[in-house]
Amino acid sequence: MVTAALSDADLRRRAWNAAATVVDPEIPVLTIADLGVLREVSVSDGHVEIAITPTYSGCPAMNMIALEIELALEREGFHKPSIRTVLSPAWTTDWMSEDGRRKLREYGIAPPLPASSRRALFGVQEVACPQCGSKDTEQLAEFGSTSCKALWRCKSCREPFDYFKCH
Amino acid sequence: MAAPSIKVSETPLVLYVLRRADDALILGHRLSEWCGHAPMLEEDMALANMGLDLLGQARELYVYAAKVEGGGNDEDKFAYLRDVRQYRNLLLLEQPNGDFARTMVRQFFYSAFADLYWRAMMKSTDTTLAAIAAKSEKESAYHLRHSSEWMLRLGDGTDESHVRAQTAIDDLWSFTGEMFAVDDSERGLIDAGIAIDPADLKPQWLRTVSSIVAEATLALPTSDWMQQGGRFGRHSEHLGHLLSDLQYLQRAFPGTTW
Repeated sequence: MVTAALSDADLRRRAWNAAATVVDPEIPVLTIADLGVLREVSVSDGHVEIAITPTYSGCPAMNMIALEIELALEREGFHKPSIRTVLSPAWTTDWMSEDGRRKLREYGIAPPLPASSRRALFGVQEVACPQCGSKDTEQLAEFGSTSCKALWRCKSCREPFDYFKCH
Repeated sequence: MAAPSIKVSETPLVLYVLRRADDALILGHRLSEWCGHAPMLEEDMALANMGLDLLGQARELYVYAAKVEGGGNDEDKFAYLRDVRQYRNLLLLEQPNGDFARTMVRQFFYSAFADLYWRAMMKSTDTTLAAIAAKSEKESAYHLRHSSEWMLRLGDGTDESHVRAQTAIDDLWSFTGEMFAVDDSERGLIDAGIAIDPADLKPQWLRTVSSIVAEATLALPTSDWMQQGGRFGRHSEHLGHLLSDLQYLQRAFPGTTW
């Protein structure tokens, strides 16, 4: 239960920690904090407001994530939290934490290349295989199983793998 | 009883946002028609993914249009309860998918424009439009890369793919001029820095399109006669059929939810 004795700062920390446990339904090893989707938590008069930002405009996981945040906060005793979607600044893969990149690689998904400087129309990308680490890889398809991924193949170990697109 | 169409108060800003929202919705819907029918699995996923990006952009824009209008309309009403004459999208985007080459040429013409348009709109004085632009430009750049690669493969592929790509270019060319047209209602928004002047984008668009088309061993038509009307609700016969598919459920069962 939330008691009046807790300051807004304490409540904010508890609310952040609760929201930060929510994982991406498509990539369950990553929390929304790892992804940089969780932007802001604010508390006023015991009421919590959470700001999240979509990865891709049409990402269908956003509704699910909002619902999961609500449930996580209710479990911590925060009633009827507000969830707000913010578009600006636009989400970029540069916000993904180092921890998040490591977890992705261990899960078998190549993490996005850093520094999202605008690529040339047919820019060359060097993506390391998350299985064997070889850089002798090739793209099979620009689009993969979700909006945020492309399909690649390792020419050393022959394994196909998902690449989290640089965005 | 079938659900009647809504009324929209088309102030210049509402109209401006609806035009872009309709572009994204209609092209997104066309791409979704490929789902389960694309020539290969990878392309099935690519077309559905691009359709999803566009649907997401459309939703953000409709939500904003509803907020600006300040009446009782919302994103669903804009999409499901406007008749064909109330739609404001570019004629190019409602053209039927045809074969895969035609779908790719349509996508290439539009993505080459959208990439430049959204990048320029990031500087809009309207903070919501600037935020939507910042998300959309990354997606449009990706769509452009995908469709450009297909232009090269189709144009410089087999005799059959070359002919199909060239035919699509010839047939769709007269719909490209509308992307750069401006009417009085937009002129005020451009002066206020809310909108950008699309005519400024044309030289760069032409450079991008010409260089890819030349590399693909294809040719652009020399005719500069251009078709217009979509921005004012004058559509080809294809849009009504598309809407009957898109809107059927909400029209037949008003307000139904999953």
